[in-house]
Amino acid sequence: MSEIVALDEATRHGAFPGALAPERRRSVESHGVRLAVVEWGSAASPPLLLAHGGSDFARTFDVFAPLLAAAGYRVVSWDHRGHGDSDSAALYSWEADVRDALAVLEATSKEPLPLVGHSKGAGLLLDLALFFPQRVTRLVSLDGLPSTRRRSRRDLSKEERVAGRAEMLERWLDHRRRAHDVKRRPGTIEELARRRGEMNPRLPFEWLCYLVTAGARQDADGWRWKLDPALRMGGFGPWRPGWILEQLPTLEVPMLGLVSRIVEPMGWGSASTELQPYLAPSSIVEDIEDLGHFLHIEAPERIARRVLEFLGEPGQARPARGGP
Amino acid sequence: MSERRLRHGRVELALSRLRAGAGVERPLLLLHELGGSAPEAVPPAVAGWGGEVWALDFTGHGRSSIPAGGGYSAEICMADADVALAELGAATVVGWGLGAYAALLIAGARPSLVKGAILCDGRGIEGGGPQGGDMLLRPAFDRSGPPDPFVLAELASDARPPGYAQLFARQAVHLAGIADPIAVVAAARPSWLVEILSHPGVVLSTADAALRRFAAA
Repeated sequence: MSEIVALDEATRHGAFPGALAPERRRSVESHGVRLAVVEWGSAASPPLLLAHGGSDFARTFDVFAPLLAAAGYRVVSWDHRGHGDSDSAALYSWEADVRDALAVLEATSKEPLPLVGHSKGAGLLLDLALFFPQRVTRLVSLDGLPSTRRRSRRDLSKEERVAGRAEMLERWLDHRRRAHDVKRRPGTIEELARRRGEMNPRLPFEWLCYLVTAGARQDADGWRWKLDPALRMGGFGPWRPGWILEQLPTLEVPMLGLVSRIVEPMGWGSASTELQPYLAPSSIVEDIEDLGHFLHIEAPERIARRVLEFLGEPGQARPARGGP
Repeated sequence: MSERRLRHGRVELALSRLRAGAGVERPLLLLHELGGSAPEAVPPAVAGWGGEVWALDFTGHGRSSIPAGGGYSAEICMADADVALAELGAATVVGWGLGAYAALLIAGARPSLVKGAILCDGRGIEGGGPQGGDMLLRPAFDRSGPPDPFVLAELASDARPPGYAQLFARQAVHLAGIADPIAVVAAARPSWLVEILSHPGVVLSTADAALRRFAAA
């Protein structure tokens, strides 16, 4: 009996209410890195670019993207380098991810189009909208705007801060030293779903199991997330979330930002009142009080409705450009 | 000169021994400037060192491999230096330009393995003048490298928040176990160098004096 259950694991979890696998797949080369690109909706419809967050996949949009496609869009998304079916790279950086996003944009449409991104994906698309406003009609940021509040570490003594930082830096360097032979931990679909659930506590277990069937691969010893083990969450670095804020006043492209007000591990903890002073005249930010960081997975119909309302009719021309 | 090939993730790094040692047991590790490469002979500035002298080619430079699609950061250069330290054991580190910045970072991040860091002038992380020499032009006509055009473009404009360099200086000074572990030989004053010079344990020096002091440490 248990053998039958094991054999059936992928089939049992391979469906989720409202989820549709992408209708088309192609690949785009970004300076030697092959990116896996997927599409939902009619190939003849006006395109819309959708970008996933860190440690996620294009197929995290298997429920959300079909809703945008049903409204008349050709929805195009891609797995970031080191994620899903895209190549793993030797190096990862914000700039490299922005260049990859540009390569997908270039390979999708020469006409201006709307951009919709979640979390890190929203940040990448914000950079595209800032650098190439003429290529973008509108931008939607799904919980991808930072908080102005700094996490306080004033309760730690100087010695504790030095010791804590030393440990973090050594752990990161140790990881780099063995990056060439680290492997992801294998498990059953349900084990991988439970592990992801710790970082995504508000998402249904059944959804996380479904995501494993799209975002993990089955090896002889179990399932592994299709995430380059050389990538490492968190840690340290020179990047500061405040840098996003400093860019917002110069944004020419109309933006809708939806920010989750529920505090959870992967969220930003931002609020519209904090962001307001930095917003360009054509930007709107709305608080979402009752949904977490993955708002488009928790309430796909409601979020899709708001996004579509902001974007207007598919194929709508870019609003006239004024100064910021 | 003998060369070792080291793995750093999907990149292969070249680590060259420029001179065998005599007298000082600990090796000296040289880190080159942005767009540079390991020298073929011991540079005159560090000829006074009594031990082995090794030089690393950073990712995308010299005889190290060039990865596809860029993605460089100064932290990756720091990790390149750490891969060399894993091979050599504890060393005194000398860096020029980008290499000086990487030397500061690794001194703060691996204080048990860096027995003194000597920071010298060179291109990269704001060194080499405000225009960065010809670095911004080189990607346009030097498409294959080395140096990788991506490393020139990305590290010529690598943003750093105020206070970041000082965190690493603080780590080195508190944890290295030697007095004044950061010696500044450079004449130019990129913003990060100005920032760390006010930190106790970061001192102005000549290369010779710093080498003598760290050899005895």
